[in-house]
Amino acid sequence: MRALIRLFTRLLNFTTRRRGDERVTDEIESHLATRTEENIPGMSPGEARRHARLKFGALEAVREDNHAEESLPFVENLLLDVRHALRVLRKSPAFTAVALLTLMLGIGANIVVFGVLNAVLLHPLDVSDPQSLYQIRHKPWMSGRLLTTSYPAFEDFRQRNTTFSGMAGIYGYSHAGLSWRNAVMKVHGDEVTGNYFDLLGVQPELGRFFHAADEHGPDSAPYVVLSDALWRSAFQADRDVVGTTVELNKHPFTVVGVAPARFHGTERFVWPDYWMPMANEEQVEGSDYLHSRTSIAVTVIGRLKPGVPPQWATENLNAIAAELAKEYPETDDGQSLRLIHPGLLGDDGDVIRGFLYSVTVLALLVLAAACANLATLFAARAADRSRELALRVALGSSRRRLVRLLLTEAVTVSLMGGAAGLVSADLLLGVLNRSDPFVGQLTVSVEARVYLAGLALTLGSALLFGMVPAWQTWQSSPLQMMKSGPADAMHLRRFALRDLLLGAQIAICTLLVTASLVAVRGMVRALHAPLGFQPQGAMLADLDLSQVGQAGDVALEKKKAMIEAARGIPGVTAAGTVSRTPMTGGMHGIPIFRPGTTEFKLNNAVLAPYVFTMSPGYLDAAGTRLLGGRDVSWQDTTKTPYVAIVNETFGRKMWGQTPAIGQRFILRGKLTEVVGVAEDGKYHDLQESPQAVVYLPLSQSEDGEAVFVVRSRLAPNEMAAALEGTLSGIEPNVPISVESWPDTLEGELFPARAATVALGVMGLLAAMLAVTGIFGMAAYSVSRRLKELGIRVALGARKTQVMSAAVGRPMVLLGVGSVLGLLAGIFASRLLGQIVYQANPRDPVVLGGAVLTMALLGIAASAIPARRALAVDPSILMREE
Amino acid sequence: MVLRTLDVLRPQISDGLLSLKQGTLYPLLLRLEQEGAIPSEWSPSENNRRARFYRPTRAGRKLLKAEKSDGEQIAAIIAYFFEVKAQDLA
Repeated sequence: MRALIRLFTRLLNFTTRRRGDERVTDEIESHLATRTEENIPGMSPGEARRHARLKFGALEAVREDNHAEESLPFVENLLLDVRHALRVLRKSPAFTAVALLTLMLGIGANIVVFGVLNAVLLHPLDVSDPQSLYQIRHKPWMSGRLLTTSYPAFEDFRQRNTTFSGMAGIYGYSHAGLSWRNAVMKVHGDEVTGNYFDLLGVQPELGRFFHAADEHGPDSAPYVVLSDALWRSAFQADRDVVGTTVELNKHPFTVVGVAPARFHGTERFVWPDYWMPMANEEQVEGSDYLHSRTSIAVTVIGRLKPGVPPQWATENLNAIAAELAKEYPETDDGQSLRLIHPGLLGDDGDVIRGFLYSVTVLALLVLAAACANLATLFAARAADRSRELALRVALGSSRRRLVRLLLTEAVTVSLMGGAAGLVSADLLLGVLNRSDPFVGQLTVSVEARVYLAGLALTLGSALLFGMVPAWQTWQSSPLQMMKSGPADAMHLRRFALRDLLLGAQIAICTLLVTASLVAVRGMVRALHAPLGFQPQGAMLADLDLSQVGQAGDVALEKKKAMIEAARGIPGVTAAGTVSRTPMTGGMHGIPIFRPGTTEFKLNNAVLAPYVFTMSPGYLDAAGTRLLGGRDVSWQDTTKTPYVAIVNETFGRKMWGQTPAIGQRFILRGKLTEVVGVAEDGKYHDLQESPQAVVYLPLSQSEDGEAVFVVRSRLAPNEMAAALEGTLSGIEPNVPISVESWPDTLEGELFPARAATVALGVMGLLAAMLAVTGIFGMAAYSVSRRLKELGIRVALGARKTQVMSAAVGRPMVLLGVGSVLGLLAGIFASRLLGQIVYQANPRDPVVLGGAVLTMALLGIAASAIPARRALAVDPSILMREE
Repeated sequence: MVLRTLDVLRPQISDGLLSLKQGTLYPLLLRLEQEGAIPSEWSPSENNRRARFYRPTRAGRKLLKAEKSDGEQIAAIIAYFFEVKAQDLA
């Protein structure tokens, strides 16, 4: 308490700049006067005063001690130091600008990366107790596939487990036409079990959520919860919307509530527009998955009971899975399960995590290079100022004080640079957020944690680059500093330290340049990978006839008419439909059996290919080559033999070298004959290994889903308008969305693109740092040795000799640093592998590119200093000083 | 009145038991004043000189008492340790 009062008084004195100096002086004077008076008997007045002062002690020291007690001397000195630092920095604007820019880039890049890392990984999901929430996945590592199991199996897991306090099912691929007040819009959302919101522990913003008690069997709970975003955009944030009825795919649903703005379901990148009870899924999906053990339609999340470790839960689930495989051998394969935290697209979380952590490491390397650069600059400056510093020591400044002065300078610079970095990072993130470059939706905000990280980085880097000159000053003796001139051979050791810094900086920069080259190569490879289809020049039109309640033959005839109409548009070369275009997710294998199989157990299946349903002409429209046989035709109906087209991988896996055409297999219980073979392609993602695929004719399939693929010679926007007009002429009541095919693939290329941009920026920053580093070193050494060079020229040195004297050392460092950086790049290939698919830093193109880049950078950076060295005119130089 | 205090202490200080410069006292006084233990004011002294007078407040007296008993306790403990003889420990 007393200490607090004292601190407060001192703070007050400090802020009001109240000085008690006068009072102390008066008091001391009164003290001395009294004592002198007392001493007068027996002493001369002068003697008396002298005696009194001797007894009193050092006047100035007492005064200073008093002052130190009175206010906050530490802060006062700090302010003085900062003021001094600012003055010194203002005196050399070029140096300050370079230092600030370097720091701004280094710290800004780190803040952006950390901001993304924070938003994606460190921020917990907005549900209660996110740590105990798990998503159930199959044991084999799978990319992109979110679905866990069938609905009946989910019910079995839910009822039989003993380790979860609750388990909810989600179908996250729900799409619907939402009609409200005569307007129809396409929305997507989650179909969830009734206990979903209670399990997550979320409270509604408006109205209520639905609960398990609302469900009484299929189609018993026609309720829908809107997301805040949909409520604001489509319903103008109308509070009265709660309780009204909207239509989802022509079925009435009551809006019961609106979810809070922070809540976006359990996936970070995919924000649903609505949530509806899974009990009513058939009304929206048009097919029943609640009673089929073969439709893998449910993503399972669950909350562990308090105190139950995930290990127990996994064992519990696996035991149930094994039971189910015994009870339902035809449908349940008893795959073992594991638990992950939901939010990052299932197992893509590992990829995303690896990517972000690796980019963070690289960003920190950029900052390290920037610090090495600044340390060199500051050390050079300290060396230039050695006389000033020596003078300070000689005048009685303690070394600690001197070091503090230099550190204050460093901290001041880095705080300014850090602030600039933060502001620019904030602006950049704002632009990124607006342009929505992330897959799905994600807002990266600069929040308290990011600010703190920025501050930590700023102070950390200040210490890193501020310590070097401070340490040098600490080491040197003032006498030496005073005696030696600026260009003294005695500084050899100091140069050695600076050489080390520059070498490290170049090594880091080479590593980063290598990394960005690897990323660019990876991107190029991804863009040129054979896809098995040609998105360029094709348009996709998506309309769902089941949204107007059409199915079966009526819908088939309508589709046929639409394809014919699309073909009739001038400029169109081919048109067809497919159940879903490749690389749009949601793929899962369907088991097939050899002819003659009687028991359709999963264990007897030969292959589990992806199955596409297509109309005649799709392969042509998609640009997928038919390697042999015929296309499907409208004459293949349910009354004629079942036919299929398979891809090369399917044929090879099933029948090896034997031609596939004419062979048979059983799919969905039907004996199917292969009539054609199509080329291989990519179906789920770019990284997948060759997949077996079956194409079934639309006219023989119950699957009604159809995306129109139309290839034309027209420009995409012209084509879009024509296509939309033509299709809505045939079916005016269905919302149609038309997009160019390459646009829809953006998302798939996003990771490669993000990696390229991220690493490209890092590489660019690194290149800039390398240039400033080499330039700084070369320019500095030339300017310090100008006189020496002048003498050399006067004595008849040749140009090459002058050159090697001037920029030889930076060049040697460039070579050594580059080699080290390249070696580091080769050893860091695992790190790079996290970022870019099939990263190979040993790729000769990458190696050559990195060497060439560093050489060019070196030449560019040392060109100006070298020119200056060559232009030395000894006669002018010698006359100076 | 600082000088009066110093006069009382003088024998100890001049005996060399505790050698302190008199000025050392002032920063300590300021500290105590900031803690609210001894406010001070200018007043004329008995020989009509302006002098600064320090008077303890109630809090100051309490502080003194507390410090005094603490000090005595420490002194007592230390004294005890010096009086302990080897046979006491046996």
